[in-house]
Amino acid sequence: MTNPWLLIPIFLMNWSGWKAVSIHSFRPRTSAGASAGKADTLPERFGPGAFGFGKLAKPEQVAALDIDVRPDGTGLPAGSGTVAAGAVLFSAKCAACHGSGGTGGPNGALVVTTAVPGKRPAKVIGNYWPYATTVFDYVRRAMPFNEPGSLTNGEVYALTAFLLYSNKLIDEKTILNAKTLPAIRMPAQPSYVPDDRKGGPEIR
Amino acid sequence: MSNNPTQPPKFTRRSLLGGAMAVTIVQTTLAKGLQVGRPNDPTKQMGVPPGKLGSRSRFETLAKSPSDISSRSPLQDFQGMLTPSDLHFERHHNGVPTIDPATYSLTIHGLVDRPTVFSLADLKRFPSVSRIAFLECSGNFRTGKDTMTPQDICGLTSQSEWTGVRLSTLFREVGVREKASWFLAEGGDAALMTRSIPVRKGWADAIIAYAQNGEAIRPEQGYPVRLFLPGWEGNTSVKWLRRIELGDAPWHTREETSKYTETIKGGKVRQFSFDIDARSIITFPTYPAQIERGWVEIRGLAWSGRGKVTRVEVSTDAGKHWQVAELQDPVLDKAHTVFRHLWRWEGVETLIMSRVTDETGYVQPTLRQLLDARGPDTGGYHMNPVTAWLIKPDGRVLYQPDYGR
Repeated sequence: MTNPWLLIPIFLMNWSGWKAVSIHSFRPRTSAGASAGKADTLPERFGPGAFGFGKLAKPEQVAALDIDVRPDGTGLPAGSGTVAAGAVLFSAKCAACHGSGGTGGPNGALVVTTAVPGKRPAKVIGNYWPYATTVFDYVRRAMPFNEPGSLTNGEVYALTAFLLYSNKLIDEKTILNAKTLPAIRMPAQPSYVPDDRKGGPEIR
Repeated sequence: MSNNPTQPPKFTRRSLLGGAMAVTIVQTTLAKGLQVGRPNDPTKQMGVPPGKLGSRSRFETLAKSPSDISSRSPLQDFQGMLTPSDLHFERHHNGVPTIDPATYSLTIHGLVDRPTVFSLADLKRFPSVSRIAFLECSGNFRTGKDTMTPQDICGLTSQSEWTGVRLSTLFREVGVREKASWFLAEGGDAALMTRSIPVRKGWADAIIAYAQNGEAIRPEQGYPVRLFLPGWEGNTSVKWLRRIELGDAPWHTREETSKYTETIKGGKVRQFSFDIDARSIITFPTYPAQIERGWVEIRGLAWSGRGKVTRVEVSTDAGKHWQVAELQDPVLDKAHTVFRHLWRWEGVETLIMSRVTDETGYVQPTLRQLLDARGPDTGGYHMNPVTAWLIKPDGRVLYQPDYGR
């Protein structure tokens, strides 16, 4: 057994850390879990830069990596794309895996197709994705599968336009850019709910 | 080297040249070995000299089972709580990248006072932490036929000791701002895989891990650095971690919308289902084992993403009666726990199964309970049903896909 007296200085050190937490820069939080116990354990003096390990990131370093896009359009780049240009790109770079027009191939369908009796409809962009911005973000970071990161921003806008058009979410004249893309409302979005499981006896 | 146990071992250059002094003796022994034909008496042979790396006995054939997108751990072949590193399950979204540790960096930016780039050496200078915990993919339930092993059914769970720096330590170092409520974790693989994680998990118990079972993380597990979130669905423990961005809302990336979400009742889609619910599975006797009458030690694994396993019960009469199984120490928080139950089998056909209770009072459900709670279209995420095995009168063991349906 651990001698309880040995634990006291550690406990006090932690406590003083929590109590004196700066209000603006950091605030260690305890876990909501049943047996956290592994929370932040550093004493108070370890605020920002206390260790001094690592180098301050230059804005251009961050910009080179920071390609994520949020539903409100934050992170979308300049440029634009049309449905027609996207259709040409899709045939050349995507149809081999996703089928002609995205109707289904070895790596799955991307567009809503006519329901087959007795078969569950595939979860695709038009019936399952809650935000149109996610299409842009994902295609830009991960597609085409065999050449990730090879598309220009204009090509990604064009492919996104073609996929949204094929799912009947925009008309063929729509030009996608940083302003028009986040304005698109997706049919599945209202269905999304946060996790309601919470442990305990109830099965959810 | 041959892996066929019926073939005699080949003498390697290393075994012959292991020590200069021994060379002449080895040659004599080699001659004898060749005379005899097969050296099957280890007490009459010189052994292999010490080496640089250990090896698994060539009589052991345990292996992962790979598909195009994942590779499953052979749960039925394990004897303890830890998964050998080379048998840890794999799941990745465009292959395993090769990352040079000398040029690796982790960038933390966004709602922070000091946006910082950390090298691997920088990360290793911080105070370190280790913990043993399971990692399970939330899409870890397959069923459908009776000739399935635990590996086939739920082989996307494994356990290691993970070592690294607490994310809370890095949060302090970069000065995470009060307004930050979510962070984006991004992998440096060909999928640039991303997940949004609540900042509270980062303060609570997240680890920026660079070691697994005492050595550098294996490439398949995220070399050189991964995020490790104890108890949460495996996909959130982003591998090959290259960037963390602090923000005030989730990003709704592809892996937290199109994937890793589940349909529940009323046409709703449940999102950010992070915690792994408690689960257990018997790992022996299971298909394809065949048992003999008499004493049988039923063995298995139990775990919960919400805390410790508090109880495992085993039934050997198709769920009519349940007996409390023995838990092997240590029983750790959010960790695979070994359980055992001694049973005398008299040759009568029966079903055996296990169910776990965790410290929140959650009891592992049947498939019917899960489908009743979520509706029939729920899909394959976060499925943790009681798993039953049919013992045939001749001792053959078969998976029972229809149990509890």
